[in-house]
Amino acid sequence: MEFVLAVVIVVLVAWFVTAPLRGRPRQSDEIDPGVAELAELEARKEAKYRQIRDAETDHASGKLSDEDFKHLDRELRGEAIDILKRIDRLRPPEAHGPS
Amino acid sequence: MPLQVHHHDLGAIELTILGSVLLAAALVCALFAAGAAVYGGRTGDRRWVDSSRRAVYSVAALLTTAVVILEIAFVRNDFHFALVADHSSTTTPTFYKLTAMWSSQEGSLLLWAWVLSLASSGVLYITSRRHREIVPWATAVLAGLGSFFIGLMIFKAQPFGHLDPAPAEGVGLEPLLRNPYMAVHPPMLYSGYVLWSIPFAFCIGALIARKLDASWIRTTRNFALLAWTFLGIGLLLGSRWSYEELGWGGYWGWDPVENAALMPWLVGTAFLHSVMVQEKRGMLKVWNVSLISATFCLCLLGTFLVRSGVLQSIHAFGASTVGGPLLVLIAVTAIGATVLIVTRLDQLQPERRINSLLSRESIFLVNNLLLVGMAMVIFWGTFFPLISEFFTGEKHSLAAPWFDRYVTPIGVLLVLFTGIGPLFAWGRLSSGAAKRLLLWPSIATAVTIAVLLTVSDAGHHVWALLIFAFAAFALVALWGEFWRAGATRHALTGEAYPRALANAVGRNRRRYGGYIVHAGIALTLIGIAASSSFQTNRDLRLQVGQTAKVGDYTIAYRKLTADPQNERIAFAARLDVTRDGKHFATLNPARNYYPTQDPTAGPIGRYFMGDSTSEVGLKTGAGGDLWTAFQPDLSSLNPAIVRGNRELRGLPPNAQGLAIIALAQHYAQDPPPANFKVIVNPLVGWIWIGALIAVAGAIMAGWPALESRRRLEAAYRARLGRELGTATPPN
Repeated sequence: MEFVLAVVIVVLVAWFVTAPLRGRPRQSDEIDPGVAELAELEARKEAKYRQIRDAETDHASGKLSDEDFKHLDRELRGEAIDILKRIDRLRPPEAHGPS
Repeated sequence: MPLQVHHHDLGAIELTILGSVLLAAALVCALFAAGAAVYGGRTGDRRWVDSSRRAVYSVAALLTTAVVILEIAFVRNDFHFALVADHSSTTTPTFYKLTAMWSSQEGSLLLWAWVLSLASSGVLYITSRRHREIVPWATAVLAGLGSFFIGLMIFKAQPFGHLDPAPAEGVGLEPLLRNPYMAVHPPMLYSGYVLWSIPFAFCIGALIARKLDASWIRTTRNFALLAWTFLGIGLLLGSRWSYEELGWGGYWGWDPVENAALMPWLVGTAFLHSVMVQEKRGMLKVWNVSLISATFCLCLLGTFLVRSGVLQSIHAFGASTVGGPLLVLIAVTAIGATVLIVTRLDQLQPERRINSLLSRESIFLVNNLLLVGMAMVIFWGTFFPLISEFFTGEKHSLAAPWFDRYVTPIGVLLVLFTGIGPLFAWGRLSSGAAKRLLLWPSIATAVTIAVLLTVSDAGHHVWALLIFAFAAFALVALWGEFWRAGATRHALTGEAYPRALANAVGRNRRRYGGYIVHAGIALTLIGIAASSSFQTNRDLRLQVGQTAKVGDYTIAYRKLTADPQNERIAFAARLDVTRDGKHFATLNPARNYYPTQDPTAGPIGRYFMGDSTSEVGLKTGAGGDLWTAFQPDLSSLNPAIVRGNRELRGLPPNAQGLAIIALAQHYAQDPPPANFKVIVNPLVGWIWIGALIAVAGAIMAGWPALESRRRLEAAYRARLGRELGTATPPN
């Protein structure tokens, strides 16, 4: 019984693991690079928003002077805009809409 | 082991063989995963990368099945499994049967590989559509590690070894491990070790693929936080076990295995802080890849120390054949990571420079130096026996006082920086703001010093005094951060202050969760400083009816009781404790005696010549603990034991059992003087409370915040969208 079970398990595992190799490359693989980059840019965008918020919090609580905050905020916003532009370029045309 | 024989059970033996087959299949899958990932990474053929990911999932499924088979064998007392026979018995409580798996070398390796496979599956599932260049190499690293540990089991420490015929009874669990803290400690520790492999693997993948921005850090941040948390819980449980079980009243002995778990925790702490600098300011890239590589190498080193026997430790499995391969793995990991870092230095240059000492990034750099420095001191002290043997031919160990002397000053500075760091802003803190923010914490420091010098003898314990003072600094600084968060939001939104505070903290859990961790660490260090420097420790020898004074407490030894059972004989002392003439506590420290399997000890003597454990009598409170341990003098039993061995040999076990019960109860009626250790430990409970607060803070910092992320995105997208038309590129 255990022998049969072992054979079944091995066969199932082999079938499962080799499934991607048995087919031709899928068309989706060609557009995967864009999907992957978009996901990465989305993560960077969130991180940048968080940094902007932290800077605003530090300024509001008096840790950053007006001058230092202005400089840092400008820097962070510029980086965020850069990321947003790259996201907009990667998104399909029908995905664009009002912000 | 008893020689009674079970009937041959083909099904049970085939289960052990099934387990071995599962391990073999897992090894094949892991090797395939590593190879397929490398091939897919080099050629860009996604099919091979997908196949490698499926192979990792399969390893997790196969090892899960193997673990289930083994656990069922433990619960069913199936002594055909050699592991079950060597580490469990029919009288072992079910909870300890379930946890006995990892009390052995073989079972703990299975636990390591299993947790690794689950964590690897998790991170590969999350990143199945991301990090296309990094994931194949990260998969190869994780699968390679999995192959190593599974191979170690198959060729050096097989958990599915079988016995035929199976014995009627098992050896039972090591008595020292029959403690709930020690039952949970290994999975926590190994989870910590294993989870550090995730950020390490992605770091190596990023280095190979030359994708050295912060993306690999963002993806694996929560795994790093989980690893730090689990490793911290493992350290906490181990310390608590030591405090309650080992009978010496301490919670940390600078044992090599303890140190081996502390070092990656320290360096990992530095990593968790340092990666924030890279994420926010694009700096410390070399530090970060070096820190995670060092953290993981230290995790492997900890795994090695427990199993190699090169250093003596109460925590170790003892000498084994797995030490050599582990050492090779550590060398390959360390050398490989170093080569990659050195050859990618050009891409690890910082995007900015630290332009002010009054900045959070400069504080984090100091933090890195302190934590790594502390880890290096501990490393030197831990391995000094081997170093001295190499150079002089003789092993010289460094004891606790050496560690205390060199680690404490660094610890004092770290306490201070747990308060300074949160006060500083990214970029630059204005000098006016610095003076304002440091004012109240500095006042708290001065007041603490003044009060302690006035009302206590803290002046004679300089390091403890500094820890108390800097902890006060940190706690006031952190309280100020929370207060300012609420006040700022209240001023901006008009919300009532409590609601404003809750919303401010809830919308930035990562920051404020981190602050809670800092507060917990400060409290833990207060507990360590107080219990180390102001402890009262006395060894007493008391007859029943006698009293003794320890500190402010009067200890009266009232009676001794015997509790003989199948699994062990327990002798307990009843102590009545008074303070200022009033009853304070009744304590019942005990000593448990477990029978030995050595037949030469005799049917009666075996119950008194085996392992023994201590059950401490403990009264805990916010101000401190009263801790007692008890060691009865059993030498008066020797004549009766010798006579009983001679006259009762050959009688049925029931008759022998009755004789042992009678002997134990006779002893309890008129016992000789017993030895007691009594310790008054001020504020020691704050170690555990502080650690739990730190764990809660870590959970809060890592908790996903989907709703707030959507609100944040909507708010900033709208504001930045208006600027898109007039945006200028960043400098």
